[in-house]
Amino acid sequence: MRYRSNSRALYELLSSMRFAISLLTILGIASIIGTVLKQNEPYNNYLNQFGPFWFPIFEKLGLYAVYNSVWFLTILAFLVISTSVCIVRQTRPMLLDMRSFREHAKENSLAQFQHHDRVPCALPTAEAQALASAYLTRAGFTARSNARGDGVLLAAKQGSWSRIGYFLAHSAIVLICLGGLLDGNLPLKAQMAMGGKVVTSGNQLISDIGPESRLGLDNWSFRGNVFIPEGKSANVAVLNVQDGILLQDLPFSVSLKKFHLDHYESGMPKRFASDIIITDNASGKSVEKTIEVNKPFEFDGVMMYQASFEDGGTKLKLVAHDLRPGAGTDFPLEGAIGDSVKVTTAGLDHTLELGSFRAFNIENMASDQPAEGGTMASLEKHLGSGAKSPTKKDMQNVGPSFQYKLRDSAGQAREYQTYMQPIQQDGAWYMLSGMRDSPSAQFRFMRIPMDADGKPDSWFMIRRQLIDKSRHAELARRFAATAVGQMDASVRSRMEETTRKTLELFAIGGFESLGKFIESTIPEAERDKAADVFIKILEGATWEAWKLARADAGLPAITLDGAAGRLVRDTLNATSDSLHYGAPVFFQLAGFDEVRATVLQVTRSPGKPIVYFGSLLLVLGVFAMLYIRERRLFVLIKDSGEALIALSSNRKSMDVEESFRRHRDGLAAALNPATPA
Amino acid sequence: MDIAHTENSALLRRTSPGDWLFALALAGGAAFALRQYGGFMDIYEKLILVLTVPAIAAIGWAWKPFRLFLAVSTALALASISLYQGDLARAEKVFFLKYLISSQTAIMWMSALVFIATGAYWLGLLARSDFAEKTGSALTWSAATMGTTGLFVRWYESYLIGTDVGHIPISNLYEVFVLFSLITALLYLYYEGRYATRRMGAFVLLVISAAVAFLLWYTFSREAQEIQPLIPALQSYWMKVHVPANFIGYGAFALAAMIGVADLLVRKGILASRLPAPEVLDDVMYKAIAIGFAFFTIATILGALWAAEAWGTYWQWDPKETWAFIVWLNYAAWLHVRLTKGLRGAMLAWWAVIGLVVTAFAFVGVNMFLSGLHSYGSL
Repeated sequence: MRYRSNSRALYELLSSMRFAISLLTILGIASIIGTVLKQNEPYNNYLNQFGPFWFPIFEKLGLYAVYNSVWFLTILAFLVISTSVCIVRQTRPMLLDMRSFREHAKENSLAQFQHHDRVPCALPTAEAQALASAYLTRAGFTARSNARGDGVLLAAKQGSWSRIGYFLAHSAIVLICLGGLLDGNLPLKAQMAMGGKVVTSGNQLISDIGPESRLGLDNWSFRGNVFIPEGKSANVAVLNVQDGILLQDLPFSVSLKKFHLDHYESGMPKRFASDIIITDNASGKSVEKTIEVNKPFEFDGVMMYQASFEDGGTKLKLVAHDLRPGAGTDFPLEGAIGDSVKVTTAGLDHTLELGSFRAFNIENMASDQPAEGGTMASLEKHLGSGAKSPTKKDMQNVGPSFQYKLRDSAGQAREYQTYMQPIQQDGAWYMLSGMRDSPSAQFRFMRIPMDADGKPDSWFMIRRQLIDKSRHAELARRFAATAVGQMDASVRSRMEETTRKTLELFAIGGFESLGKFIESTIPEAERDKAADVFIKILEGATWEAWKLARADAGLPAITLDGAAGRLVRDTLNATSDSLHYGAPVFFQLAGFDEVRATVLQVTRSPGKPIVYFGSLLLVLGVFAMLYIRERRLFVLIKDSGEALIALSSNRKSMDVEESFRRHRDGLAAALNPATPA
Repeated sequence: MDIAHTENSALLRRTSPGDWLFALALAGGAAFALRQYGGFMDIYEKLILVLTVPAIAAIGWAWKPFRLFLAVSTALALASISLYQGDLARAEKVFFLKYLISSQTAIMWMSALVFIATGAYWLGLLARSDFAEKTGSALTWSAATMGTTGLFVRWYESYLIGTDVGHIPISNLYEVFVLFSLITALLYLYYEGRYATRRMGAFVLLVISAAVAFLLWYTFSREAQEIQPLIPALQSYWMKVHVPANFIGYGAFALAAMIGVADLLVRKGILASRLPAPEVLDDVMYKAIAIGFAFFTIATILGALWAAEAWGTYWQWDPKETWAFIVWLNYAAWLHVRLTKGLRGAMLAWWAVIGLVVTAFAFVGVNMFLSGLHSYGSL
């Protein structure tokens, strides 16, 4: 007995509106969590973010995958149960109500309706009944009559389908939730629990992964990624699960002929497309197809989408320029993106980790322009067509670049980004190479000036002289000779000494060590002047170094003109920066053979048709509920010469009052044909 | 209370020659577009174009002033297109383009007209001036007209940049703010006619003014008005149905919230003698939330269908999706409480106002504070 009353109470609770509203509220609030905290990130990111104390607690709470967590699915399950119970509970009374005309309503109860009125009706009852019936049909009602002692009651209704809307909308919710469940990761969790599948680390070769981490062809619900380099093929998908991966065997293999990456003029991506060949395992038949974003393709019940793209192992040809003082010649090097190349030439003990390659970089090369003042001018600027660019733009492809890390024998690494081709800046051409100490920092760029031949060779040549301590005395001697002339030996030797010291300081840390020297030895008032002197000395010595280097290399002499002067200044700047470059070698990109790889998402989602069908029902249901208006109109024609008109609706709204007045007036006119309406 | 007699009377019986002319013009326009530009459309885009004809015709038949509005907007857009002569540079040279009907200028006019209309409605409300209120209506109609013209012309201009760049101008935050402003204005104008009162304009125009203020800030301070090409994920016919449906939802929810504010004030006795009765406000609020909810449901489903095609999953709890879900839950609960429990009064009005906060977060907040796939309009 008690058990029965308890289950009754539970049934009441589950089907109550209060419970449903509470569930909607809780579901809403729970959903917010997953939007605030980024979901399904690598676990390391969370560990860094929350620290070792909170990380495992949040993991237990399922905060890294809220929408797949047990508690979230439990709330959803309650919503499904509550909605189902609600449907079950409402079905019988609603169906009965839909069918019933309530033609046995009493006059007393009709007179209690909020919308009721009495109108005169002088016609004989039968005639009035016919006229009223005709009116009701015209107005879209279906009616049933019930003769009684003092007259006849016409009970009419319309819009009963609004009740069907309730069933449609609410069963839609159940369907959508169930369909979604099939496509979620619950089937996967079940397989892992029952099939003994375990996730494995992503840092290993696919062929090394054993059957305990592989899902078979019979798996009917999955979502994974297939990575295929150009010219290669793949037949397994990688599923990211928790902090590792699972492999999903596919019933076919996919090979990538070519990956297309198109850009607009502005450098924005325009099209990602993969030309693929799919070969069925069973029949051996092949299909060629191009998959694009927004244009997926289904094969063997598996949908394939263009998800992203990566480098597929582009081969790079590099020239290594040794940056150490007194260093020898350049040497070539080869490698592919993703490789770690040992660099052991000339006593080096480094690893070059080739990270990424970009075949082109589109940059805005326009120089910043000052803003024009005035509200009217600003308004004027914003009138006209939407195609007009508010800022000056000069989008240019500055050519390929590559990014790498150079790791020393101690395991310390810095990251570099180097452009292949010279880039024009402030009227001169430079080769750009950036360095950063941590992945979160911005690259700081060194600008290597191009000489008259459009090559960086002069810079390397001059730099070698400038940072080589054994050359300083000679450079100082030559500079002092040209600067002071033969006039005074003591002045000249002082100049020589100053120049040598300046070069020595510069060779340690560039302008930075000179600056420190000036700050520590020269009174503040004279620093600017002193700095000027040092710059002059350095420029002069650089010019001498250039001449000397050319002579050493057996190149013809040059004369000092504007371009050469600029190269001297740029050389000094770049040399100073190069002393903070943090690498013993500068890698110049000499050639490449680009290989791209596509990442296709492959899914089998058995719940999709259910969810779509549910969505259709939802739309139909919502419109039926909100826009089919249920009305019941009662006309009690009394033999005593009057008619009682009453109207009811399942909803209280202003339309009800309005439609009552209209039907009352319409019926009054119909029942009194002689009187002008 | 004079309410237009629309219920239960068949649409066809009330059509006039003007209605048929309207439908014919729409069909003619669609036929022309199919013939002239059919080569650029896929089968779905053609289908959308064809189905637009009965949809717009139905709106025009059920709401007569809409016909004139659309006719004038279209005429202005066509005038602008003919002045362009296929050359974008003419926007700077031709007077009428530069100062009236190029897309940016038209949108500026819309912005100005919305502000003036707001002032007129408030003057009308406070000074009980019929004339000021009528002016407010006329200005709101004009604002919607200029906004629509602006978007039409912007659509054309995008194709002048390049056929690969051209697209319907509802693809980023800037464009949808224009869409939001004019849809909210049109929804309001519909209820203004339906309930034969201009007294709600002062409140509804406030939220449109806020949207326009944001639009101007976005233009002048962030230079967001420049037409951008579409990234691959957005290159889909789904955009043409998903986005408008969504903004009917957002617009209706915003309108409901402002009516909610008016309702709360009336219930406190503030402006009570000037504003419509609480029952009327309550009814408008319900109607707006109902239409908003219906369209928001459609929009979310369309979004899911699109996501399935573009991202491979119809639902993946992306922040934008999740917030759309929260908005949907919120109004689902609102409707349950009102329709099933029969609740009325201040609480529902408060709820509608809070609903706008949730909606605004889903609309703009997600782009500002959260990251995700819907990053078409960051701030």
